[in-house]
Amino acid sequence: MAESRLETVDMFINMGPQHPSTHGVFRMVLTIDGEQIVDMKPHIGYLHRGVEKLAEGLRYREVTVLLDRTDYLAALNNELPYVMALEKLLDVKVPERAEYIRVLVCELNRIASHLMFYGAFGADAGATTPFMYAFRDREEIQHFFEAVTGGRLMHNYFRVGGVRYDLPEDWRERLTKLIPHLRKGIVDCERLLSDNEIFLNRTIGVGQISAADAIDYGLTGPNLRACGVRLDLRRDQPYSVYPKLEFDVPTRSRGDCYDRYLLRVEEMRQSLRIVEQCLEQMPDGPSLGEVPRVIRPKEGEVYVGTENPRGEYGIYLVSRGGDYPYRVKVRAPSFCNLMALNEMMRGCYIADCVLILGSIDIVLGEVDR
Amino acid sequence: MPEWVESIIRVAIAIGFVLTTVLVLIWLERKVIGHIQQRLGPMRTGFHGFLQSPADAVKLLVKEDIIPAAADRWAFQLAPALVFVPIFLTVVSIPFTRTLVVRNLDLGLFYVFAISSISIVGIVMAGWASGNKYALLGSVRAGAQMVSYEIPLVFSILGVAMVAGSLNLETIVDAQRGLWYIVLQPVGMFIFLVASLAELNRTPFDIPVAESEVVGGPYVEYSGIRWGVFFLSEYANTFIISALAAVVFLAGWRGPLLPGWLWFLIKTYAIILIIFWFRATLPRLRIDQLMTFAWKLLLPLAFVNLLITGLYLVYDWPRWILFVASVAVLAVASRLVYVVGRA
Repeated sequence: MAESRLETVDMFINMGPQHPSTHGVFRMVLTIDGEQIVDMKPHIGYLHRGVEKLAEGLRYREVTVLLDRTDYLAALNNELPYVMALEKLLDVKVPERAEYIRVLVCELNRIASHLMFYGAFGADAGATTPFMYAFRDREEIQHFFEAVTGGRLMHNYFRVGGVRYDLPEDWRERLTKLIPHLRKGIVDCERLLSDNEIFLNRTIGVGQISAADAIDYGLTGPNLRACGVRLDLRRDQPYSVYPKLEFDVPTRSRGDCYDRYLLRVEEMRQSLRIVEQCLEQMPDGPSLGEVPRVIRPKEGEVYVGTENPRGEYGIYLVSRGGDYPYRVKVRAPSFCNLMALNEMMRGCYIADCVLILGSIDIVLGEVDR
Repeated sequence: MPEWVESIIRVAIAIGFVLTTVLVLIWLERKVIGHIQQRLGPMRTGFHGFLQSPADAVKLLVKEDIIPAAADRWAFQLAPALVFVPIFLTVVSIPFTRTLVVRNLDLGLFYVFAISSISIVGIVMAGWASGNKYALLGSVRAGAQMVSYEIPLVFSILGVAMVAGSLNLETIVDAQRGLWYIVLQPVGMFIFLVASLAELNRTPFDIPVAESEVVGGPYVEYSGIRWGVFFLSEYANTFIISALAAVVFLAGWRGPLLPGWLWFLIKTYAIILIIFWFRATLPRLRIDQLMTFAWKLLLPLAFVNLLITGLYLVYDWPRWILFVASVAVLAVASRLVYVVGRA
């Protein structure tokens, strides 16, 4: 019997936590058949620092420091729901100027975060220049942040009842210079990738997910809107001064990598519109309201969800009296969005899997917390 | 001087020249891409970072040489040489000018392709011997890609050989007196440039070494000077392919006023700069799209090119008909890219 003893078996390949395109320390164990993926098992937790538990040992004012370190690409957006939750518990009024400042920096942070996505996504697709373009423009935003908050990444800027510092004296000049710069930057970015035939081939129809599935998996933010579901907490559960501002909530219909990409580019434009309106409408007045010296909220619990660049970032805050929060639960959008990864990756190529992961735009600091 | 001494001196000069060129190319690429990306590139070592490449080479030389425990020792050590040697052998028949050539072979064109395709073996060997799954994936990709693109590459050159009636590179340059073959063979030039990008594993065909996917592919386990040798061969190959394109399609050393060797270098570097420019602009294809592109588009296109070139020769058409027909074919093909690609 001359029977061949050779048989083909699927190959396991371990991608991450040390891999250039897992966006941090995400790990995937891929079962591959040639170039195609048969199965994918995600592993998370390499960046777990126990932020939620640590928060229970800090005074109310100190918690923002930790939240900065969850989604470190959009630190200001994370501080917002926490201070809003605390204000609800304490029943503190926030001066209008402070609200405008918050929205202004949050939207700039959204642009910075989306630019980071743009650069990383380009790098995942194998292009080297998008990253440099994105960082050129992101740097300008960082300069503005440096002037406003004193920090580049970890701002610790929002306070109960307002913001830590008022805007710097020359903020109007800085911003009027920054806005056209960003507008041009976005155009540059688009011209580099959006119509590139190779890029289109790589992304259209890749990692597709239907609107129904997206809702079932609990996707939020750009990932959900790319499937055609028009859900944006800034519009649907209006908070802060968003009702006074004019902006569109863009959606796309296919729910593939390309739509997720294009949607974020469009969102940058909308955020820029909001920033412009903030510049025009910025009222005078104090930037920090009347807040009790010692923060000791009454017993109770509150949930506040806000629109983070990645989706619904929610804080569930429980107080049992006293100086320390009893529980700070973070509803992390990246973590929830990651749930749909397996669905998106069904039957794709190895090259696609990198792109799909990039298109979800996760931040491991927030997934693992 | 006996002939063999002269040969050795000629070869030594050629290899020395290519090695220095490689150092310049690495520096040039970093500068060019740097400026495209609105940064400066290397600035600290020497004037505008001109000494960056020598500094890197010294660094690679003194680095520890690591051979992974899982590696197949002999194959692992042999692979860089197998990539390096064929590429440098091809220098032998590239004519810089009529006199500046190591040895002008009658089958020069054939020789270059025959020898340079050996280096695929080295790359596959490197990937297999590393005992690393990423390296294996990368080398399988490299094997598939380079074998597929070898075919359109050779067919693209065939048109030139038909028009010139020779495989001798010197004769081919002489035949371009008055009219460069870029005019008579634009389709050939197009296929040649695209397919050679794939041969070189460069963007947008850097699939075997894709950093964001297989983290450097076949070279992932290599370090120190062994890795340096791969790197060196890649840039040497870039130079040789560009030089070949300059000779075959842009009439090599022919040109007014300036000396021949300068014309040759100008043309070669023009093509090299185009290759660098691609690298800064384009994202990467996926492996299946790459194969589709080679087999469904480039190869048929090469056949069409051969057909019209053959008709031109048989019926003795005037040259402008060949030019117009080629441009028409190219226009149709550039539309077809979208149709085939999207399918």
